[in-house]
Amino acid sequence: MTNDPNAMLDQWAEQPDYKWGFVTDIEADTVAPGLDESVIRFISAKKDEPEWLLEWRLDAYRKWLTMEAPEWPHFPDRPWGPIDYQAISYFSAPKSDEDRPKSLDEVDPKLLETYEKLGIPLEERAALAGVAVDAVFDSVSVATTFRDKLKEHGVIFCSFSEAVQEHPELIKKYLGSVVPATDNYFAALNSAVFTDGSFVYIPKGVRCPMELSTYFRINALNTGQFERTLIVADDAAYVSYLEGCTAPMRDENQLHAAVVELVAMEDAEIKYSTIQNWYPGDENGKGGIFNFVTKRGICEGDRSHISWTQVETGSAITWKYPSCILKGDDSIGEFYSVALTNMRQQADTGTKMIHLGKNTRSNIVSKGISAGHGHNTYRGLVNIRRNATDARNYTQCDSMLMGEECGAHTFPVIEVANDTGHIEHEASTTKIGEDQIFYCNQRGISPEDAVSMIVNGFCREVLAELPMEFAVEARKLLEVSLEDSVG
Amino acid sequence: MLEIKNLHASIDDTPILRGIDLTIDNGQVHSLMGPNGSGKSTLAKVLAGDEAYEVTEGSILLDGVDLLELDPHERSAAGLFMAFQYPVEIPGVTMKYFLRTAINSVRKYREQPELDAYEFLSLVKERAAMVELDTDLLDRPVNGGFSGGEKKRAEIFQMAMLEPTACILDETDSGLDIDALRIVADGVNKMRGDNRSFLVITHYQRLLSYIVPDVVHVLVDGRIVRTGGKDLALELEEHGYAPIESEHAVDA
Repeated sequence: MTNDPNAMLDQWAEQPDYKWGFVTDIEADTVAPGLDESVIRFISAKKDEPEWLLEWRLDAYRKWLTMEAPEWPHFPDRPWGPIDYQAISYFSAPKSDEDRPKSLDEVDPKLLETYEKLGIPLEERAALAGVAVDAVFDSVSVATTFRDKLKEHGVIFCSFSEAVQEHPELIKKYLGSVVPATDNYFAALNSAVFTDGSFVYIPKGVRCPMELSTYFRINALNTGQFERTLIVADDAAYVSYLEGCTAPMRDENQLHAAVVELVAMEDAEIKYSTIQNWYPGDENGKGGIFNFVTKRGICEGDRSHISWTQVETGSAITWKYPSCILKGDDSIGEFYSVALTNMRQQADTGTKMIHLGKNTRSNIVSKGISAGHGHNTYRGLVNIRRNATDARNYTQCDSMLMGEECGAHTFPVIEVANDTGHIEHEASTTKIGEDQIFYCNQRGISPEDAVSMIVNGFCREVLAELPMEFAVEARKLLEVSLEDSVG
Repeated sequence: MLEIKNLHASIDDTPILRGIDLTIDNGQVHSLMGPNGSGKSTLAKVLAGDEAYEVTEGSILLDGVDLLELDPHERSAAGLFMAFQYPVEIPGVTMKYFLRTAINSVRKYREQPELDAYEFLSLVKERAAMVELDTDLLDRPVNGGFSGGEKKRAEIFQMAMLEPTACILDETDSGLDIDALRIVADGVNKMRGDNRSFLVITHYQRLLSYIVPDVVHVLVDGRIVRTGGKDLALELEEHGYAPIESEHAVDA
């Protein structure tokens, strides 16, 4: 056991092939594949939900039935549909659900073992740098730490299911307030069948005393995972939330359709950081996660601030646009992204910045890296509405290509309805240079290390936005994800 | 000691080097001169292991180690350093980070303990002073926005940091004003020693007034056609390459 994040990361990296591909054998309480109203009723009953929430789910489901899966994501090199939604099982909970553990001692040792294989055993993670962890294993939270300390500050950090039981008024008020149940095809599906996730509430004037962190994991066979995360920062509150994922090796394509909603009230700030490393499939495009995520935050109050930072290295297909609605005057939205595609991975990602309030600002830094047969698409919208006087946006969109078979694509959209707006857009595409690699080699640096160094340099502005330990992890991930991509 | 024997190399099936024999003893500085297109820079790149060139014949030994068996980064670890004519930029990677990675890669290969942050910074301070390099440059991206002089000085600084046994300077004088030239040459002169050999590639005699070579070779059409003492450089300065070129034109 070690408390040194570097040593832990080294351990991860030493594992062969897909470094984190393994399956823990836990007898799952799984509903048969298929989706109809009875499945939704089953999920809702299993979670002992109030009637209004069941109705909300059913309403989303009925709307979903009338919707069509989007066709527009740009995945030139990989056919991906149609997904057979009746082949997916929509509920799977570890056995221990009925009798939830009160402390780590009571947690199924096999679960803890899984985390250990990941290099992030809960008790260590918790000890490290004072991070509280709400671990989602499959669809149900099994362990939550540091709750007491957070409680002292009035911070609520719990699983979504618990929040439904213990803070129904907050859930009822904010659920679907940023991403309506019928926002898009996958958000509607999530709203109908979501099983668990995290809930955070930071009361007025409170600066959350620690980084909040959640690790996700898909485990039971053929079970789509539908997370629901809701974070509310009340007036002048601050929170930094970290989300990181790895997944076991699988042949079947697995669907992941999460929804994340952020609400920042007056003078509040939310930093949301993600490392996404779901199983990307093999070099022939077999297997891998389909990652269709809806993430959106609203800067509700004046001078509020929402910042999204993401490092996306995993999944066969990623479809994800963390966005900000800048409603409050003087509010700020930020999006920092590194997306790396290798093998047959396809990523279509970007952001939407909707300027409603006066003097609102947004900043977009997107770095796409394509290797192997990977395709990386930046898709972004900067929308300055009629009342948003003196709004400003800066967008920087850089692509790096490695090899001859990959691609980079950008679809930036700018809509301006107020002529006091100020918008800057910079874009570049570079090929990782053989001369750069040779230069590094001449100084004794191996080709693999050279590529990793050059790529990390390319991503530096984004990685700098991540909390320290996450940045270390992200660098390692980029390195591992690019192995063997240099001839 | 660097020993090059009957070295032939081509690019895209076009022969560039056509039988080079060159031995540089430890402690010696050899200069390689020649007209444009004679293959001077090709020799530097072939020594460093640039994969654009194919070695078709011959051998390169560094202190008895067969460099042709090694990848470029292994050649560096084995003690070969090339100062580039056009050092590339690496955005987002600071010079310090780059160098520390380089030094520790090389030390690992040589089975030496890695330098910790303190040891590394002390070495940086000492060697930067040696080449009169402003250490502020080291917090900037590798060669990013460096002036021509800064780039070349940074190359010599890296050489001083990595402590190679064979140093190749590929037209290090190109684009340098007289002050920068003197500083670069001073750095090289301070590094001259019994355990190190130098190959200074240059088109002009100018650099050789500052770095005085033991031996001067003239390369024409991929072959060394004349070898002499430091006076040979002066002769070339006076008469140019034309007389030598016409003398050997028949062979070309």
